[in-house]
Amino acid sequence: MSYAKSLKCRECGRIYEKKPIYVCEWCFGPLEVVYDYEKIKKVLTKERIMSRKENLWRYKELLPIDQEPTVGLNSGFTPFFEAKNLAKVLNCKKIFIKDDSVNHPTLSFKDRVVAVALSKAKEFGFHTVACASTGNLANSVSSHSKTAGFDCYVFIPSDLEKSKIISSLIYGVNLIAIDGNYDDVNRLCGEIASKYKWAFVNVNLRPYYAEGSKTYGFEIVEQLGWRTPQHIVVPAASGSLLTKIYKSFKEFEQIGLIKKSNTKFHIAQASGCSPIVTALKEKTEIIKPVKPKTIAKSLAIGNPADGFYAQDIIKKTGGFGEVATDNEIIKGIKLLAETEGVFTETAGGVVVAVCKKLIEQGKIKRDEEIVISITGNGLKTQEAIEDKVNKLIKIKPDIKSFEKVLKGR
Amino acid sequence: MAIKVRIPTPLQKLTDKQVEVKCSGKTVIELIDNLDKKYSGIKERLCDEKGNIRRFINVFINEQDIRFMKGKNSKLKDGDSVSIIPAIAGG
Repeated sequence: MSYAKSLKCRECGRIYEKKPIYVCEWCFGPLEVVYDYEKIKKVLTKERIMSRKENLWRYKELLPIDQEPTVGLNSGFTPFFEAKNLAKVLNCKKIFIKDDSVNHPTLSFKDRVVAVALSKAKEFGFHTVACASTGNLANSVSSHSKTAGFDCYVFIPSDLEKSKIISSLIYGVNLIAIDGNYDDVNRLCGEIASKYKWAFVNVNLRPYYAEGSKTYGFEIVEQLGWRTPQHIVVPAASGSLLTKIYKSFKEFEQIGLIKKSNTKFHIAQASGCSPIVTALKEKTEIIKPVKPKTIAKSLAIGNPADGFYAQDIIKKTGGFGEVATDNEIIKGIKLLAETEGVFTETAGGVVVAVCKKLIEQGKIKRDEEIVISITGNGLKTQEAIEDKVNKLIKIKPDIKSFEKVLKGR
Repeated sequence: MAIKVRIPTPLQKLTDKQVEVKCSGKTVIELIDNLDKKYSGIKERLCDEKGNIRRFINVFINEQDIRFMKGKNSKLKDGDSVSIIPAIAGG
């Protein structure tokens, strides 16, 4: 039973059949999945959701599959908890962390979108899957492609962190590093996608793939006790995640699972790649592409596909955008580790740093409740902080050596 | 004044399947108006009701994105090549 009716152009509203297509033939706008909410409303209750297994498919009626899901059956439903120590340091009342740094199986929120994309690729009958990635998506497509039995080609910029490269290669996929940045990789993948009949998860399957991010938002609502927070801070590369968290809140509202959501959406980018925040601050409609230069490589998309829509949501909800420098990113990573015991990747450092700034600037009030979106794991970006952590203490295996160290502290 | 214009696949139906056409214009928008005279209907595909270039269409003059120049009013000169490229997905 499918509740996804069709695809619809986000710009001109033209309707298309559910096929592996992503762009409107008329105006070139991106396509989005349209659902039958009246039907969903009748079947998807809180009780029904809560009776299901703790994975992202517990919301399957709101995901664009026509058959039962086949990929990512253990992905999603990651920890959500109150970060009391962090709130104390940032001198505010209540912070929650939604922690996808421990998503299954590849430790980032990308396991959500890939679960949906590859389930859909199976339905469409594809044999080969592919993606353009800044690393996390590469890891996730590599892993899930193997369990689902696809051939797999993964395209990345050549300057990625070593861990993100190894964490794709381990699955025995074809990993292709391109001499250029993500936007170059993306452009090439667009060309390859038009020539080869492959399921490019974030090109021709993007309308389906992107829907997977909604589950991050559905889970926040459920884990918060069926309500939405006052504020959410979301990292942005293409801007897709932010738009889909917003959509998830609106959908729960529409099918009557929650009251009207008044969440303010805030966006976090690295200062070395902040096309969306720049447009917000300069109050321009146009999002000018940039050449990224930041340690937050997973956010290094200079030409963000969903920039316009992310910008709209931030303005509409009364949110703000802010940036973090490399140094602030590192401090953000360390702060989260030292307060909450969570080792996040550089993108997480961006979010923590931006959240801190927004509180200090008074844009988020200290007595209001904030959700911080942690989307990736620090073990994958160790190069960024290896010189910035405490020195290793080496001693001889005797008590005297140890006590000498102890006295010196 | 001849300017080479690369046409994206979905619009080649309007240009008799030509991948590249020659046209003229002192600015990008003038070029689009002139293209529309030759290939009727192409302007409404490239521009919205207000006459602005649609947000998911990128225009490059000699590989340079016009968003870094003066947008639809960016100047053109003889021999320039203009590429019309739908925005890419990704991310």
